Amino acid sequence: MTASRPRPLRWLPLAPATALALLFLAGPVGYCVYLAFTDTQLTGQATASFTGLANFRRAVADPAFRNAVLLTLVFTVLSALVGQNTLGLALAGLMRRASRPVRTVTGTLVVAAWVLPEIVAGFLMYTFFHRQGTLNAVLAWLHLPQQNWLFTLPILAVSFANVWRGTAFSMLVYSAALAGIPQEIDEAAEVDGARGLRRLWHITLPLIRRSIGTNLMLNTLQTLSVFGLIWAMTRGGPGNRSQTLPVFMYDQAFLKALIGYGTAVALLLLLVGAVFATAYVRLLREEV
Amino acid sequence: MRPTRLVPLVVLTVVAVLSGGLTGCGSGTDPDTLKVAYQRSTDNKVQIMDGWLAGIKKQFEREHPGRKLRLIPIQASLDDYYAKVQQMMRSPRTAPDVVHEDTFLINSDITSGYLRPLDDELAGWKDWNRFAATAKAAARGTDGRTYGVPDGTDTRGLWFNKEILARAGLPADWHPRTWDDVLDAARAVKRAVPGVIPLNVYSGKGAGEATSMQGFEMLLYGTGADPLYAPAEKKWVTGSRGFRDALAFVRTVYAEKLGPEPSDALDPKVTDRVVGEWLPEGRLAIALDGSWLGKFWQPNGSRPWPRWPQVMGRAAFPTQDGHAPGRVSLCGGWTWSISAKSGKPGLAWQLIETMQTPANATAWAVADGQIAVRDDVAADPAYRTALPGTDFFTELVQVSAYRPALPAYAQVSHAIQEATESVTTGDADPATAARRYDERLASIAGASGVTRR
Repeated sequence: MTASRPRPLRWLPLAPATALALLFLAGPVGYCVYLAFTDTQLTGQATASFTGLANFRRAVADPAFRNAVLLTLVFTVLSALVGQNTLGLALAGLMRRASRPVRTVTGTLVVAAWVLPEIVAGFLMYTFFHRQGTLNAVLAWLHLPQQNWLFTLPILAVSFANVWRGTAFSMLVYSAALAGIPQEIDEAAEVDGARGLRRLWHITLPLIRRSIGTNLMLNTLQTLSVFGLIWAMTRGGPGNRSQTLPVFMYDQAFLKALIGYGTAVALLLLLVGAVFATAYVRLLREEV
Repeated sequence: MRPTRLVPLVVLTVVAVLSGGLTGCGSGTDPDTLKVAYQRSTDNKVQIMDGWLAGIKKQFEREHPGRKLRLIPIQASLDDYYAKVQQMMRSPRTAPDVVHEDTFLINSDITSGYLRPLDDELAGWKDWNRFAATAKAAARGTDGRTYGVPDGTDTRGLWFNKEILARAGLPADWHPRTWDDVLDAARAVKRAVPGVIPLNVYSGKGAGEATSMQGFEMLLYGTGADPLYAPAEKKWVTGSRGFRDALAFVRTVYAEKLGPEPSDALDPKVTDRVVGEWLPEGRLAIALDGSWLGKFWQPNGSRPWPRWPQVMGRAAFPTQDGHAPGRVSLCGGWTWSISAKSGKPGLAWQLIETMQTPANATAWAVADGQIAVRDDVAADPAYRTALPGTDFFTELVQVSAYRPALPAYAQVSHAIQEATESVTTGDADPATAARRYDERLASIAGASGVTRR
């Protein structure tokens, strides 16, 4: 009796939230999905028409789109998986053993990069990597060869920038995870003679596996949608050598005025994100 | 039964949210306020339009008591300005009443139904006869109606530093007859004056429309008649020799290191650096650029340079091998238009009339270094003596071509920028880049919209 009657009423407290979610979340998302199946243009078109899957077929056949997918994967693996994640774990591990002043200074510096607004970080990194920028000034002072990565290897430059900006997040997650490892386990491992890499591999990593999964997922999804950083540093160029999917999407939708095609690419980007997310959820579910 | 008391709460919440949203949007439709959207330079020192519009606002509000003018400056690069204004014009709640439109995009926006035809108003406006025929045509849609009042135009040519050219053995009245003359001069500068960039030709996506218009099309339009679009067939031109030759010229400039470093050339800030750093600092010998450069070097400009009238020379850009008329230039310019979704087009037209009184039109042409499109402005001594070189660039209007006034032009222009970028970096040779451009053109205009030369 209590099971069937109150159910609609129990939903009532959630009604405002549901209404807001429908209005501001489902509405725009639905509109975006609809646009992806039309040939809507921002300018140069009297009326838009429904074109079915044409935008998606066009994307698959578009070498520029495939280039963007490839660069997105390179950017994500390089900066999120290898860079932010590993560096964050290393920093968190080292800081546990560091003296208090070192910890404070390192923590402040790393977190400062994270707190900066994306566009500010983008311009800082632009002036850092620019041919007449800070990095070359330091290299010249050390009598080392000069770099021009914004032009020659832009995807590497933006990946470094993203590592610089995003490592703090991983560091904070792993600091919390490492602090949660019970003291007894560490001591028991030490008594058993496990040290260094063996302890990391057999004791620490399995214990923080869930944090690794969560961190990887958040890092990846955040990195997949990085736009401002790349836009400020290279605008996706030169050519399209640093044109990841979000930049490609913006270029198509707002510079080439192809809103329909741009939103279709956005949906495909969502798909890429979903693939990564599924992989991590699987990783999390598995028991030790 | 306590939960039932939540129902009014829920209803209240939803109503509050919805009405809050509605009133929030409603503030933009005040019947006495006219909204004007225009681009503000990303360089904060450049506030020419802001200054001129402030005067217009004062005059308009004095002559129309009770009415207000709300200026909406959009501080952005050109590409972002276009996208922003188009988005604003999609909804009556955000649409500005009067909008500053680039002629290169106006046909695209007309097709989208963003703008209002002005034929009725123009028919009763005596000053319209003062406008040059080519300028009137620039704001005319494919439907034959006129959608904007041009506030000036611009032409293009070679600016050169006489002092640097003298060190390379070139005369102060240097006037190249062919493309090869231009390249030879650049080579002479490279040999004689190391450390100076011999020649700048805009290239790549960074400079945006400047690449298409100041750069590539200045070359392309010197290779023969209608090189981009064949008006008789109403088709875009693919596979032309002229297109490949123009790309080869760009390739030569960057391959022989006659131009800036490719990384500098492709930087979005390159247009600002040419006028603000390279030319005034004597680091660039020859620049293919617009008629407006001088205004930045005036005492009230963003980069005052007192000696520029003595240092800088001007020459028309030659056709490929010197064939008639021997000179080439392109015409651009902006118009004042009324948004189709404006709720007060009558008042908006009165504002355009205020902007276009002879005194205000002259003040704008002088302040912004515009080339006049009205005969009364062109005859005004204040205009003719405003900037050294005004006569030179005004005279170029005779040989100037307008860009194809078609909706697809904006996309074609992007395809041109990508082609030039790939030859600048060396990613593609001119033939490959031209072939990719042809493919892009076919996807923009459709297979039936292109013709092979």
